[in-house]
Amino acid sequence: MNNSSNRIFMQHDAILDLIQGMARLTERHLQDREIEAPVMIGIHTGGVWVAERLHALLHIGQPLGQLDISFYRDDFTRIGMNPQVKPSSIPFAVDDRHIILVDDVIQSGRTIRAAMNEIFDFGRPASITLVTLIERSGRELPIQPDIIGLEPPLADEEHIRLQGPEPLNLAINGSRVNREKT
Amino acid sequence: MNGEPQQTDTQGKLRHFLSIEGFRREQLVQILDAAESFAMLPGRQVKKVPLLRGKIITNLFFENSTRTRTTFELAAKLLSADVINFNVNVSATSKGETLLDTLRNIEAMHSDMFVVRHHASGAAHFIAQHVAPGVSVINAGDGRHAHPTQAMLDMFTIRRHKGDFTPLRVAIVGDIQHSRVARSQIMALNILGVSEVRVVAPRTLLPADVRTLGVHVFHDLEQGIEDVDVIIMLRLQRERMDNALLPSAHEYFQLWGLTQERLQRARPDAIVMHPGPINRGVEITSEVADGPQSVILQQVSYGIAVRMAVMSMAMGNRSGDQGT
Repeated sequence: MNNSSNRIFMQHDAILDLIQGMARLTERHLQDREIEAPVMIGIHTGGVWVAERLHALLHIGQPLGQLDISFYRDDFTRIGMNPQVKPSSIPFAVDDRHIILVDDVIQSGRTIRAAMNEIFDFGRPASITLVTLIERSGRELPIQPDIIGLEPPLADEEHIRLQGPEPLNLAINGSRVNREKT
Repeated sequence: MNGEPQQTDTQGKLRHFLSIEGFRREQLVQILDAAESFAMLPGRQVKKVPLLRGKIITNLFFENSTRTRTTFELAAKLLSADVINFNVNVSATSKGETLLDTLRNIEAMHSDMFVVRHHASGAAHFIAQHVAPGVSVINAGDGRHAHPTQAMLDMFTIRRHKGDFTPLRVAIVGDIQHSRVARSQIMALNILGVSEVRVVAPRTLLPADVRTLGVHVFHDLEQGIEDVDVIIMLRLQRERMDNALLPSAHEYFQLWGLTQERLQRARPDAIVMHPGPINRGVEITSEVADGPQSVILQQVSYGIAVRMAVMSMAMGNRSGDQGT
């Protein structure tokens, strides 16, 4: 049972390639839906790192918004205040805007639930498109990303995490023995 | 008796907020950082966050206060908690109910937090010793002892204007002897590592042990505010005159009132603070209180954000298990 380890799964350049691909998919997605002049919001912390690159690749005019969902977490009374809480900043009016919401990893879907609740406290967007770098199993809410960078096969016990901001690394820790089951 | 109540749990997370005493610098900075996030909320369409939804917070005020009670109430509501205001002056203690009876009765209403103001020093500590394990207590001012959320909102105001605490000289002017605010401020400033804390007051309004608090003492206003970055004026309570500690409001103003002319002695970018409510023409002129260096009204706004930070941090640590 000594398969538990912390290992680099993917490195900076490969991650940037993934983000390039995500940018192309997002562009096509927006065209299909005839969405013009979208705005972008990244979720702290890893989501912001991905969003900064996507934001530049998609030439979005409005500055990037950043959300810290600490005040909207559903497990707040269990785990308490995140000591690194950062102010959310959305430097544009949300009302009637098409929002591209970016996060690094989607698993349970609870972070996205919290982020959407927070966005609606800023205003009523026209639409939200969800883009995540990594999609993995373990969904607990009916929330699915529109654009995915990669869907790596991971065991339930394995955790994948984006490290950054410079260089970006995807790291996995936890046991991989049960990977076949997932 | 359960002994001295612990303000933090075994992991150093906030449980009660009774006094600045005993906190480490990182813990105070963490409160200020959380308040920074709450201070952004007024710019949004919905000014509330759902952090304390379903929680009941009781404002338990044994002493009159409009502003402090209102800002605590607003802070609780902006965190989506439900609030009960319990003014004990007009309530059961006048019918002979003891403090503990009052507490038990409100606990039976399933309150998750008590915000306590009391004229007796140590009242909030006493209540914290006797509440059920999951209940938090915030001290909103007890006797001459402490008013820690006021001190933290003052620290927040200073940080917003000055950034770093370490190079700052801060003068606290007025009735130090009877001021729970001054005691809490002095502790917080020293923990946060300012370069110098001065207290500026007539001898009759200084506590005997003042030097043990880690301050420099001045008995002359103009000397005391020379080259300071921050001036904190304290409210002069009218009853001090009745107690013969001071001759008259007029004479006090002559010697200790902050005028625009005297303010020139401080650094040109010095800020002027006051915990309110101000006595215009007694400890401060209207010209200064309403002038460009005054940050008195900002203190009130920041007070809401700081109280939100303290309340949510104390309520967010109700059990030790870690989820993801």
